[in-house]
Amino acid sequence: MQWTADKVQEEIVTLLQPFNPKGIEITPETDLSADLYMDSVAAMNLVMEIEDRFEIDIPISLLPDVNNLQDLVEAVLAQLSKG
Amino acid sequence: MSLFDKYDQVAARHDRLLAAGRDPFNMCMDRIVSATEAIVDGRETILVGTNNYLGLTFDPDCVEATVEAVREQGTGTTGSRIANGTYASHRALEQAIAAFLGRSAAMVFPTGYQANLGVIAGLAGPKDTILLDSDSHASIYDGCRLSGATLIRFRHNSPADLDKRLERLKDDKASKLIIVEGIYSMLGDQAPLDEFVDVKRRHGVELLVDEAHSLGVFGDNGRGIAEAYDVEDDVDYVVGTFSKSLGAVGGFGASSNPEFEQLRFTSRPYMFTASSSPSSIATAMATLKKIQSEPQLRRQLWDNAEALYNGLKDLGFAICAETSPIIAVKLPSEEAAVFMWNALIEAGVYVNLALPPGTPDGSCLLRCSLSAAHTPAQVQKVCEVFDAARRALKEWEAAQSAAE
Repeated sequence: MQWTADKVQEEIVTLLQPFNPKGIEITPETDLSADLYMDSVAAMNLVMEIEDRFEIDIPISLLPDVNNLQDLVEAVLAQLSKG
Repeated sequence: MSLFDKYDQVAARHDRLLAAGRDPFNMCMDRIVSATEAIVDGRETILVGTNNYLGLTFDPDCVEATVEAVREQGTGTTGSRIANGTYASHRALEQAIAAFLGRSAAMVFPTGYQANLGVIAGLAGPKDTILLDSDSHASIYDGCRLSGATLIRFRHNSPADLDKRLERLKDDKASKLIIVEGIYSMLGDQAPLDEFVDVKRRHGVELLVDEAHSLGVFGDNGRGIAEAYDVEDDVDYVVGTFSKSLGAVGGFGASSNPEFEQLRFTSRPYMFTASSSPSSIATAMATLKKIQSEPQLRRQLWDNAEALYNGLKDLGFAICAETSPIIAVKLPSEEAAVFMWNALIEAGVYVNLALPPGTPDGSCLLRCSLSAAHTPAQVQKVCEVFDAARRALKEWEAAQSAAE
C-alpha cells in the first residue's frame, strides 16, 4: 500500500497508546522522553512495534535523532522510500 | 545549567531508592569470607548474587597459582600490549582458551565488557550491519555503537524475527554479523542456538555468541551453549569473560577465522588499554584447568540451581525462566522489589535487585545466581528467608493501605 505522512502518523499514534497511560494528547511535537517519560529501552521497543507494522527496519543507530512523533514519522517515511 | 541536570530524573529515583533502605547498587562487603559468604554490616551474609558459578575464587590451587604469578611477574603490566609487550603468560592463556574451545586463536582483554567492545567494534565497521538480540547486555550495545555499524535489533530469542529481517536485507551488500548470548544475564533464559544457526546458514552470514554466563556452566565439557547444542562449528566468534565461572577478572574473544588476529592491530579497545595483570591471567589459567578437570563442579552447580528453583517455585514465587544457575524472581512493583531486597539483606541473604530499564519488559526482579560452592543448607536458608521477606512485605503493604 502507498503510505502517506498522515496515514503513517495515524498508525504510529495508535502504536503509541500503550506507552501513553495518562492519555495525554499526542501531537507531532509530543516528545517521547519529556512528555511520555519513555526511557531508551521503551523507545527501542516502540520502534520494534513500528517496524512490524510497516515491515521495515529502523536502525537503532538513527534513534538519537528521534525525539518526537514527527521525527518518528519522518524516520518511517525515509525507510519506506528505500523499499 | 549544569552538566548533571540531565540526570535529575534518575537521581530523584535513586534518592527514593535510598529512602527505602540500603543502596542496592553500591553494597559494601566488609569482608569476603568464602565464595558464598561475606560479612555485610557486621552480619554473616549468604551471597546469591555474585555469578561465582563454580565457586573457584578461594580454590587453594588457584589461589596458589595466582600468588606465585604475582611473585614471579609482578603486580601489574603498567600498560598496553602494543606498547609494553605481551607477557608469556598472556600468550599461554590465549593458547589454552583456544585449545579448550577448539578454535585457532583467542585474544584476552582486561574485562568481559572490553572483550565485547574489542571484538564487536573490531569485526564490524561503519559499512557493515549488525543484527543483535533486543535483550543483549550493555557491553554488546556499546560495542555495536562503537563499531559505527548499522544496528538492527530483532525480537529476543526469536529466530523467526531474525529471519524476517535478514530476508528484508537480502539485497543489501553490507557484511552482516548476528549477535546473541548463550544465556541471558537478567532472566537466565537460553538462546535457541540451533534455530539461530539454521537462520544464519540459510542467509550465509556470520554469528557471534557471547558465552559470558554459559561458559563452564553448559555443555558436557563446559564449553558453553554452543557445545550444549552441538553447533560449535557454526559459531564464528565466541566472546567470554573470566569474571563468572572462571573466578577472575578479564575476558576473551576466540575464533577459527584465519584473519581473527588482525584485531590485535585494528581493534581500539584491545590496543589502547592496559593489559591484564599477571594475577588475573594466572587465576584464569588455573580455573580453566579446573573447569576441565573437575566436571563435578558443574553437577553441584546444577543440583543447587534445581534446589533453589524448586524451593522458590514451591513457595509460589514467580520465576522468569526455566531452571538455570540464574534464577530471577519477578515482583509486581518496584516498591515491592526494593522492600523485599532490603528484607533479604537484613536477614543475611544478598541477591541482585534489577529494575527497568535494565531488565526485559519492565520487570522488577530479585535475581539470584547459584554457585557450586553453595551448600544444601545455604540454599534451604535462602528459601526460608525469601518466604519470611514476603510475609514482611505483605504486612508492610497492609500497613501502607491502612494508612492511606
